[in-house]
Amino acid sequence: MPEHDVLIIGAGLAGQRAAVAAAREGVSVAIMSKVHPVRSHSVAAAGGINAAISPQDDWRSHAFDTVKGSDYLGDQDAIEIMCKEAPGEVMHLEHIGVTFHRNEHGELDLRPFGGASMNRTAYVADITGQAMLHVLYEQLMKHSSTVERFEEWFTTSLIIDDDGACVGAVARDVRSGRMETFIAKNVILATGGCGQAYLPTTNGLIVTGDGMALAYRAGAPLMDMEMVQYHPTCLVDHGFLITEGARGEGAHLVNKEGERFMGRYAPNKLELASRDVVSRAEQTEINEGRGVGPGGRGVYLDITVVPRKRTLEALREIVNIGRDFAGVDITREPIVIRPGQHYIMGGVKTDADGRTPVTGLYAAGEVACVSVHGGNRLGANSLLDTLIFGRRSGEHAAARARAIAMPAVSDAALHRDTEMIEEIVARPHTGRRIGEIKLELGTTMNDHVAVFRDEQGLTRAHEVVLRLREEAQTAAIDDRGTVFNQDVLGAIELGYMLDCAETIVVAALERKESRGAQYRTDYPERNDAEWLKHIDISRGGDDRPKVSYSPVTITQWQPEERKY
Amino acid sequence: MAEFTLRLRRFDPESGEPPYWDEHTIELEPHRSVLEAILQARGRFDGSIGIRCSCRSAICGSCGVRINGQPGLACHTHLDEALARSKDGTIVVEPMGNMPVIKDLIVDMDAVHWKKVHSVTPWLLGKEPVPEREYLVDREAMVDVTQSMACIQCGACVSDCLAMEVDPEFTGPAALAKAYRFVGDPRDSEHEERLRYLAEDPHGLYTCTHCFKCVDACPKGVNPMGQIMRLRRIAGSDHHIEDRNNGYRHEHAFVENIRRNGLLHEADLLPDSYGGKFHPRAVPELIASMPVAIRGMLRGKITLPKALLHPHKASKELRAIFEKVEGKSQRYELNLYVSGTDADNDDPAPEAATTNAEGSA
Repeated sequence: MPEHDVLIIGAGLAGQRAAVAAAREGVSVAIMSKVHPVRSHSVAAAGGINAAISPQDDWRSHAFDTVKGSDYLGDQDAIEIMCKEAPGEVMHLEHIGVTFHRNEHGELDLRPFGGASMNRTAYVADITGQAMLHVLYEQLMKHSSTVERFEEWFTTSLIIDDDGACVGAVARDVRSGRMETFIAKNVILATGGCGQAYLPTTNGLIVTGDGMALAYRAGAPLMDMEMVQYHPTCLVDHGFLITEGARGEGAHLVNKEGERFMGRYAPNKLELASRDVVSRAEQTEINEGRGVGPGGRGVYLDITVVPRKRTLEALREIVNIGRDFAGVDITREPIVIRPGQHYIMGGVKTDADGRTPVTGLYAAGEVACVSVHGGNRLGANSLLDTLIFGRRSGEHAAARARAIAMPAVSDAALHRDTEMIEEIVARPHTGRRIGEIKLELGTTMNDHVAVFRDEQGLTRAHEVVLRLREEAQTAAIDDRGTVFNQDVLGAIELGYMLDCAETIVVAALERKESRGAQYRTDYPERNDAEWLKHIDISRGGDDRPKVSYSPVTITQWQPEERKY
Repeated sequence: MAEFTLRLRRFDPESGEPPYWDEHTIELEPHRSVLEAILQARGRFDGSIGIRCSCRSAICGSCGVRINGQPGLACHTHLDEALARSKDGTIVVEPMGNMPVIKDLIVDMDAVHWKKVHSVTPWLLGKEPVPEREYLVDREAMVDVTQSMACIQCGACVSDCLAMEVDPEFTGPAALAKAYRFVGDPRDSEHEERLRYLAEDPHGLYTCTHCFKCVDACPKGVNPMGQIMRLRRIAGSDHHIEDRNNGYRHEHAFVENIRRNGLLHEADLLPDSYGGKFHPRAVPELIASMPVAIRGMLRGKITLPKALLHPHKASKELRAIFEKVEGKSQRYELNLYVSGTDADNDDPAPEAATTNAEGSA
């Protein structure tokens, strides 16, 4: 059984940053991912990373914008840490090789972004996430003697000892089908979000909420799960993302009547209001019959107002996406977009060092909820979140590892998970297909747990999710093999997604107000007196979600009305 | 909706059976991707079809395959395009080449691609001292390396690299494009060492045969061959690395040969690549190539008059091309990210870059 001081599950930006940070502290590190690290969904982050690095800027301004963006649900102590440490982190990335765009003085260029009071977003064209992820992977290759990589290993469960501490994980080598117990003094979850519980979504097929479900099953609470971000600019059919950088560079949103409608919703920031505000505005235009495209299901994003040379240089990827997936030359004509599921602000509850309430278990990045995003994340704050809290988790876990002994772990969990997989492989072909269940889950969530929500729709979604949980128990698979049996992994992932979906729906039903991404048409006002608090969801003994609350930390910014 | 027939190359390593073909008919709109078709086949008919995939939008690099013999991303190829290129009305999907197959459409990239990437020291060796803030570097230089940074490591270029087929140890297009990402990066302190290593490697910089396969295969416009050529120019012209593989001298001889003759005079090319017929370096090489020359003579491909007298002379037009290119103060660099085609843009880019951007748009 492999033993490590720090085991990191997930190798996107948060996981890789944690690995490099922990290795630097001189402890033994393993990083495990169900895909090759550069396939992680951080690769799709386009627009950039926020940091107050301009001499005219101040981290407090960044922090205030983030607090306001969160609709005051973000924990201000954690937000202060993130924004204060942001410039140093961006410089570190620059030093290890990220090819950030420069201004004419050779310094990092900064572009405007949604919800930000000044230009604060450093970027690499519109492939910022890809550039960062690949540069961090360069660092993993460089440190290959100190960071052991387990690429294409799928985690089936966390191991919890008798005292309730996390002491490792069970995983399956996707290539060989071999099961293995990984003993670790600390485990850091960095598995990203759960966007595949929605359809369509901007998220990749691998984004199935693995870490959230693993933690939830291990007894860790999930927080702010009702806060699901709909990105304002996604392709109507596929749900592919058009970066917020497009609006940062000056693109307009236009309705059927040719009106640049954001003036009615956010008179000051217009298209660069926060994402929840812009998505609601678009959805209102669509619902009120001012949409465009087939069925009036979208609105125009007009990038032709950006100089063509600038678009080709700084928005190259969406030029490709427009051409390849919508047949539109975005430099010459508007493209039809709509809001689409993109990100979840909620996740495994952690403190600012990434610690969850389960001893020895950390979480960082989208899987975690620190909470720095509260009710709504600002664009270009997620890359920052992954790096700051990835690094802090790695450092803290390394320090903790030095103080404790390697735990002794039995192979009970290994046997249980091996049997679980054998049971799935042996299922008779009587149940529904996994793909059908996933399709019903995704469309249900997108219909009822989206930009606008109400009691009736949420209750309906809850019923569907509970029924699908039952059906998933007997979902049949075709692949009986061991080498790259993606079918059996799909069955396990379906269970992870359903756990996440259930907690999302339960939290959204619970919060009877409108704040950030949660807009209840039956409770359309923000209600600070009753709901300025986090909803925590833990797994009860009956395998049903148990709701509790925790306070929001306020340091220097009292809640006020939110206008853009 | 339209019907498409997929023919998938399947391989089950546990069966003991050789690879086989598997056909499925799927229904999708023609502008949907081959990946979506494969996923539909997997979801509806056979959950055991193996393919790596995630983002569906050509950024994660997971789904490199061959479609009707052409390497590329399954998510980046429309069904109607794939059908148009089909010989018999079916869309044929196979695993990528030059890499061992693990299962169905899944290949072992670690054994080939990542090993090669690792061989080019793929991390920045930053200049010392590390500044407190960012390295101050030229704006254009960063935009320039962003083209090779845009590589998503999908392996499509490796799949059909002809040079790698002949020499499996060839560093290859993806890894060399990665190398340019550091050689072109003004923050890196080891440009000369990197170039020397790549140039002196008998399977390195000069093994590429300019076949353009990688340029066609790349779904991201990285232009790996272009990056290789830039590495050669920087190694030869800027760093004067006369490699032991005679790569640099050969390129130089080629250009001079064309300048002189207009058409390639092959009998001169080989000796010129070693410094001329009577250069000490040339003698062993000429002796070594004698068997080829004799075979050529026996088959009538080489005749004495052809070898000794080359009647062709460079035309006026050709000389004008040389003058124009060499008269430029800067080398032409083709780069998608350095582009300019705007009528309202005050700062027109060099025409070569313009052509390139238009060609790809």
